This record gives sequence, C-alpha cells and structure tokens, in this order.
Amino acid sequence: MNNVTTINTVRFILLVLAQSLVLNNINFLGYINPYIYILFIILFPIKNNRMLFIFLSFLLGLSVDLFLDSGGVHAAACVTIAYVRPLILKFSFGMIYEHQTIKFSNTEFGQRLTYFSIIIFIHHLLLFSLEIFNASNILLILKKTLLSGIFTILLCLLITVLFSSKRK
Amino acid sequence: MQQIFNFLIRNKSFLLFLLLFCVSLFFTIQSHTYHKSKFINSANFLTGGIYESVNGIGQYLNLKEENQKLLEENNRLKSILFNEEDKLKSEFILDSLLSNQFELTAAKVNKNSYSSTNNYLTINKGERDQINEDYGVMTAKGIVGIIDNTSNKYARVLSVLNTNSRVNVQLKKTNHFGILTWNGKSPEIVQLIDIPKQTPITVGDSIITGGLSTIFPRGIPVGTVTSFKLDETENYYNVDVKLFNDMTNIGHVHIIKNKDSKEITELNNPNE
Repeated sequence: MNNVTTINTVRFILLVLAQSLVLNNINFLGYINPYIYILFIILFPIKNNRMLFIFLSFLLGLSVDLFLDSGGVHAAACVTIAYVRPLILKFSFGMIYEHQTIKFSNTEFGQRLTYFSIIIFIHHLLLFSLEIFNASNILLILKKTLLSGIFTILLCLLITVLFSSKRK
Repeated sequence: MQQIFNFLIRNKSFLLFLLLFCVSLFFTIQSHTYHKSKFINSANFLTGGIYESVNGIGQYLNLKEENQKLLEENNRLKSILFNEEDKLKSEFILDSLLSNQFELTAAKVNKNSYSSTNNYLTINKGERDQINEDYGVMTAKGIVGIIDNTSNKYARVLSVLNTNSRVNVQLKKTNHFGILTWNGKSPEIVQLIDIPKQTPITVGDSIITGGLSTIFPRGIPVGTVTSFKLDETENYYNVDVKLFNDMTNIGHVHIIKNKDSKEITELNNPNE
C-alpha cells in the first residue's frame, strides 16, 4: 500500500512539472500541445477510494492551471474524466474490470487504445470548450481537440510502453 | 431526515464531483473576466519561483540572440541621437518618454505562452520593485501587454494575444484611433476594430499606441496593416495587423510606469 502511495505521489509531481515546463512549450504547428499529465488519472489504481480519486484529480488539474494561467479549465476537465472513468473502464475492458483483477501492463493493446482514446478525447473536448468559451468557434475547438488528442494518445502509449515493468 | 442522509451517502461521489466541477467553473469564469483571477495565476510564490529557476538555464541558450537584439536597439537609439532626420520622425516617442512622466523598468520574461486563446506572460519584477497593476509592458520592437496581477517578486502580464485584451491604438499618419483585440487564431496577427470608415487606410500603414489610455505613452510601435474590410454595420473597419514583435520569442521587456495616471484617472472620474 505504501509503495502505491509513493509511486503515485512521485508520478503526480513529475507529470505536473513535465507538463508545465517542457510539454507546454512544444507548440507543434503553432498550437498543438500534448497534455500527458492525465496519465496520472488513466493509470491510477482501480481498487481505490472513489472520493479520494476525484479529489486528487481536482488537485492535479488545479496545479496545472496554476502553472498555465488558465483559470480552472484543467481542473474541470480532470474532475469530469475522474468521475466517468469507471464507466469507460467497464466499456473498454468488459469482464476483466468487473472482477477487479485488471493490470494495465497485462491488457490487450486494442482495449488499452480504446480506453486511452475515450478518456483523452473527453478531456480535450471539455478542456478546449472551456478554454475558448465561445460557441461560434466550435470548429477551432474540434480541430484543437482532434490534433492535440492524437498527439497526446501517441505520447501516452509510448510512455506506458517505455516505463512498464517487464515482470509478469 | 434519514432519507436525506441516505441520499447524500449513496451519491457522495457524484456530489463531490459536482462541487469540484462548480469550483473549477467558477475559476474559469473568473479568468475570463479582466482583473478578476486573483487566486489561480502563475505570479505566486511557488509557480513563479519554479519558472524563475528553470528559466535561468534557458537563458544561457538564448544569449547570442539577446545580444543581437540589444545591438540592434543600441544602433537605433544611436542613429536617433546622431541623425537629425531620424530624430524628427521619432520625436514624439522620445518626448513622452523623456518628459519624466513615464518611468521604465527592465524585466526578464520567465514564462510566455501564445498557443491558447488567453495568453499570459510571467515576469520577474513585482511589488518589491514598485510594479503594480495596469502598467504597460513593451520590448524595443513594440508592445507586449498590460500587467494584470502582481505578487511580491513576480508579475503576470495580460498579453496582447489574449481575447480579453483591449489596447487603445491609432494610425501613425493620421489621428484616427481604434481598439486592438485578438481573435485567438494566429500569434502574429491581431485585430484592430472601431476604426471609422472615413479613415484613409492602406495596406502597409503603421499602427502605434494612442495617447488616450493612461497605460501606454503615445507612439510605441504596434504593427503594420495587412488587410482591412468594413464590418457588418458598414461604419467601421475591421483591420488585421501584423505585430512588429515576435510574440513567440520574447526575452527581456520594459515596464512602463505612468506617474500621472492617478491624477488623470481622478480627473476623469470626479465622483469617485
């Protein structure tokens, strides 16, 4: 238990710092940035206290907001995906999730891709709609969501493959 | 009563989600209102400090470029000093800058963003250096933005690349003035609205700050006109302006303090 807490604390701090100091300066093609800090929410242990999980996600979003001067945009998006995560888990992993025996490194690639993509697109859509806050710019919102989303998915998959433990 | 408690316990995670979501929405809406986002900003002790230390590393990598910029500015200032013709052209900017009404402070940019629709910069001067809200920020090439939040050591600048930004500007050759805004699309092009249609405007005209606001002195360069068309009411021009500044690459800035701003504001609002 203690080990899980340490890993998640370190992951929280590292992801926030990496996001605000490195990844937000990529600006690929002028406006495409990956938002990989949500890996914390994606990889959070499944057997957990749901209240704590939602609250931690809020803290995560708020710390990114602090660095990026974006008000509460990231916090709102994070809280939402933290709240709907059980539904997405059930949808993408089916029976394994029901039995609570899931380990992300042991799941099939296809299932993992669906899970990542759904979470990331919900997060990005909410993030950019709140950030732009203007219904007449809906095309800009969708364009940003799609392009940044693809970038984020690629990076998240790469990172999970790179840092996954090989022990089985 | 029992049922209410049961309901609360059963839906506790949903209620927590709702509460936190509303809190973040509140912060978001606040950040869309000029001068309201007091709590969540990068000018505080923690985030400002982290940006400061990381920026120290990045600064070495840009030394060459910064030197080049300084040389160019020195060159321009010297040519103003020595060259009678240039002196006439830039007379008004020197006038207002030298008349002791405006005080300049140099600062370093710790954080700069330009890819979102509401961009801010964080600079390493704050209340400790007598920097307050509503001071203008410029580089040698042109305007950058307006300070909208300060802490002890840092200040946050509302960039001209922010959909909430409004700056009073005018054409260089005539005195027709308008408002500089941004539509959130390209970090090179900003929009100038409320230019009356009588204005003799052409592509390539220079835009400078107007003296109407108390923030910027008259005559700071802004950009050049790239295209213009009449708006829906057919009374005003909507003008696209290409900024002189490369907003994606800003190292050092000057903060402009207007010593008379309090007096001017009091004169304009005698009731307060």
